[in-house]
Amino acid sequence: MDRFVKWSLIGITLVYLSVILVLPLVVIFLNAFHEGIQVFLSGITDPDTVSAIQLTGLIAVIVVPMNLVFGVAAAWTIAKFEFKGKQVLSILIDIPLVVSPVISGMIFVLLLGPRSSLGAWFLNHGIKIIFSTPGIALATTFITVPIIARVLIPMMQAQGREEEEAAITLGANGFQTFMKVTLPNIKWGLLYGVILCNARAMGEFGAVSVVSGHIRGLTNTLPLQVEIMYNEYNFAAAFAAASLLTTLGLLTLVIKKWVEINFKGQLT
Amino acid sequence: MSMLFIKTASMSWDQFWHTIFSTRTLAAYRLSFETALWAALINSIFGFLIAWVLVRYQFFGKKLVDAAIDLPFALPTAVIGISLADLYSPHGFLGASLSRFGIPTAYTPTGIVIALIFIGLPFVVRTVEPVLQDLDKEAEEAATCLGATKFQTFWKVIFPGVFPSVVTGFSMAFARGVGEYGSVIFIAGNMPFKTEVASLLIVTKLEQFDYAGATAIALAMLAMSFVLLLSISTFQWYSRKKIGAA
Repeated sequence: MDRFVKWSLIGITLVYLSVILVLPLVVIFLNAFHEGIQVFLSGITDPDTVSAIQLTGLIAVIVVPMNLVFGVAAAWTIAKFEFKGKQVLSILIDIPLVVSPVISGMIFVLLLGPRSSLGAWFLNHGIKIIFSTPGIALATTFITVPIIARVLIPMMQAQGREEEEAAITLGANGFQTFMKVTLPNIKWGLLYGVILCNARAMGEFGAVSVVSGHIRGLTNTLPLQVEIMYNEYNFAAAFAAASLLTTLGLLTLVIKKWVEINFKGQLT
Repeated sequence: MSMLFIKTASMSWDQFWHTIFSTRTLAAYRLSFETALWAALINSIFGFLIAWVLVRYQFFGKKLVDAAIDLPFALPTAVIGISLADLYSPHGFLGASLSRFGIPTAYTPTGIVIALIFIGLPFVVRTVEPVLQDLDKEAEEAATCLGATKFQTFWKVIFPGVFPSVVTGFSMAFARGVGEYGSVIFIAGNMPFKTEVASLLIVTKLEQFDYAGATAIALAMLAMSFVLLLSISTFQWYSRKKIGAA
């Protein structure tokens, strides 16, 4: 009886996940290569797609280091210190997770768009933010703020602060303590956070779609380019570009698993 | 965030009410909340089941299953969107067979629920998993020793311990689903009054440069989600207190 329950539950899980998760994944690659490798290659070498890939890379290069610094600082503050308003800070960090990405993007349009006073001031000084690269970078940064911090906070909390206190007592300064004690302890989590943040930064759609203005070859990131090609019934090219993003996502998961195994080894 | 309030203040009350209570907007809220609710419910049931299987059983390929759970976090929403739209379209691999049985999926609210199930899958699994792992095995053994059947042990011992985490996962999946955009717009068909979700309506208003209108809808949505999530966490706080007292 127990064996029956066990295997039927495992069976249900496997069938459910195959239909819900695996099938859509297979569809992406099938469609990408459906019309042959030639069509796939011409799909991803289309000039607009290439400039979308470049912009996506640029955004990730801007956003990930910013959130790396912020994420470590925020996680450090929340995990290792007691202060007034700590609860408020951790709720603030989570806002991008609960608010619709569309609304997140909209906030930047309202704040810095051509019709706002701030946006108008920047425009007068020759700086275009919304419907341009800075706006996309800002919105993407906002969306990915929680990712690194949320990976690090539970880790740092679990590790406690005895080791740091010991280092300080032995005469290390703050910077030394961070470089020699804290950083080695969190490096695997940090790596995973960065990878996940990178995947989200490259894949963000809702918020970016609101602030980008969809100017082909200029302000289209790769996910937006996927949308445009799909809506033009250029399915092979859309799925070819999508398969690139999917590969990135799969790579992210592999690294995550690898880090988990490594990190578990470190704990014991 | 405070820009939302300032921008809305530039509308008159009349305009504001008119925007947030127009029939098209009302239909969009209703669709967003209903589909998110259904998807979060389904994710709670299957999420609990998956967490159970991952924690309690050993089987070949378990690591792979565990890694696959995070797929929705790692894939861009637009990619999920076009893939699901293709899979469930009337000519798609699943859509064709389902519509032969008279179940249309793409371009109906059902399609939206499917997309939200995909998006919300990891939430319940990942919140229930650690709780299930830490659950006291002794309590279960004690229940069995005292003559409880398997079913009774599950229902009276395991389930109450895990339930708060299911609710947490549910509310996270729900919050994510209400505002979801990228994965939904391709499979939804986006017909006003029928398959147009609230986040799409916001984007449409923004594209028409109706900033005040978009802000009003966003504000109404935020308020509704806030009230809902607040009541869920109040309920959780209350039930935790009750368990603590007992």
